[in-house]
Amino acid sequence: MIYDLAVIGAGPAGLTAARVAARRGLSVALVDAYARTGGQYLRGATQPRLTGIDVKLGQRVWAVEKSGEGFQIHASTTTTASTLLVATGTHDKVIPFPGWDLPGVLTAGGAQALVKGERVKPGEEIVVAGTGPFLLPVAVTLLDAGVRVKEVLEANRPSPHMAAALARVPSKAREAVAFARRLADARVPYRTGHAVVAAHGKDSVEGVTVAKITKDWKPYAWRTVDCDTLAVGYGFTPQVDLLVQLGCRTEGDHVVTDDRQRTSVDGVLAAGEVAGVAGAQAAVVEGALAVHALIGEPPPRLLAEKRRLRRFARALELSYPVRDGWQHWLRPDTLVCRCEEVTVTAIEEARDLGADDPRMVKLLARPGMGWCQGRMCGHAVARLTGHEPAPQKRPFAQPITLADLTLHDREDST
Amino acid sequence: MIEFGFQGRTITAEEGQSIGAALHAAGIRSWRTTRFGNRPRGLFCAIGACFDCLLTVNGTPDQRACQTVARSGDEVSP
Repeated sequence: MIYDLAVIGAGPAGLTAARVAARRGLSVALVDAYARTGGQYLRGATQPRLTGIDVKLGQRVWAVEKSGEGFQIHASTTTTASTLLVATGTHDKVIPFPGWDLPGVLTAGGAQALVKGERVKPGEEIVVAGTGPFLLPVAVTLLDAGVRVKEVLEANRPSPHMAAALARVPSKAREAVAFARRLADARVPYRTGHAVVAAHGKDSVEGVTVAKITKDWKPYAWRTVDCDTLAVGYGFTPQVDLLVQLGCRTEGDHVVTDDRQRTSVDGVLAAGEVAGVAGAQAAVVEGALAVHALIGEPPPRLLAEKRRLRRFARALELSYPVRDGWQHWLRPDTLVCRCEEVTVTAIEEARDLGADDPRMVKLLARPGMGWCQGRMCGHAVARLTGHEPAPQKRPFAQPITLADLTLHDREDST
Repeated sequence: MIEFGFQGRTITAEEGQSIGAALHAAGIRSWRTTRFGNRPRGLFCAIGACFDCLLTVNGTPDQRACQTVARSGDEVSP
């Protein structure tokens, strides 16, 4: 069967899109890698009733291709649809520092996922560090789970962009105040202009080095803090692999969409974080908008709401960038690529041999060549070679077995 | 309650919990070492993106612990 619409990703954007489409009488498939809907944000907390939608869970989509009648979505089964909406969300952006590969160092999103999705305490005494407003809900989630949060360290300083943006979006301002109050009540210090510049321990984290950093992130005063866990996040990287496979135009780390969520490729829509990290509220609006625009004129209310939330996201982007001063935190033996264990020295050697872009460095020193395919080291390797981080081409968005691949070939030939 | 085996130990997990989360909750924070530096590795991103938490489940190697739901009787090894 050829669906009118296939939605990849059952997070806030994809769930909303699929429901609007089903209500409007489209035949719709909703595909997600997890066994439950909700994505990283909702973490399957509640399972909404999805009437009129073919929900295909546990399907890790590894490739999408254009075929005569539309698009083929390849997971353990293949789904075909005339229009495709990609809402595959985002993962944490991380940067390297000495000791960041020690067990007990978790991404901020990972720490939250353990509590919200798995009902597991990530540790007993935790430091939360990085940049961006997401650190606040992570710290609050940890507190609520009974974890002792020792400090929350925001690398950037308060920004005028942010103050202005919060004034225009009162719901976000109220949220920020509630988080700040919760931290204050629990006597958790929130320090701006601070970073964790190293993690220490033998087999697992036993403590971290906290530094005061300049506005360019150069450390100038150090102390150690005992903890058994570190949650660290420097914003998010949109998961645009499938959109890049289809040839959709990208800008920075995300895919380019117009005001109706259309990408540069006919029949391919994108909503939520893949169109630029903007949070769950924007994802819901864009999921609805994409489907309304597909059917007819989108409601002006949705268009206005999208513009408002995108302006807010832009203020976040300006206020919480990853500044290059993190490179001062590195030591020669610090791993940049965790999978292939590529050190700072190995990357410098590749640079000395004349490698002047991430691709050449990858070919000579192997960062990004391993299991994660550069998802964790992509930002660092790009910046260490003086380039802007950009989405990478990954012909396989997920690892698949040879058996699955040959099965897929057999299906194609029949 | 689900029980699975890990290096001679019995680990308990809640229904629907991943093997990685169950091991982490049991105080086991590392279950493999890296090829070159012999460094311990366990959970890092916990959402399936980093591949640090790979282990072998019922003989199938290279499974992401954070993405593999624990089932009773599973035999898990590095």
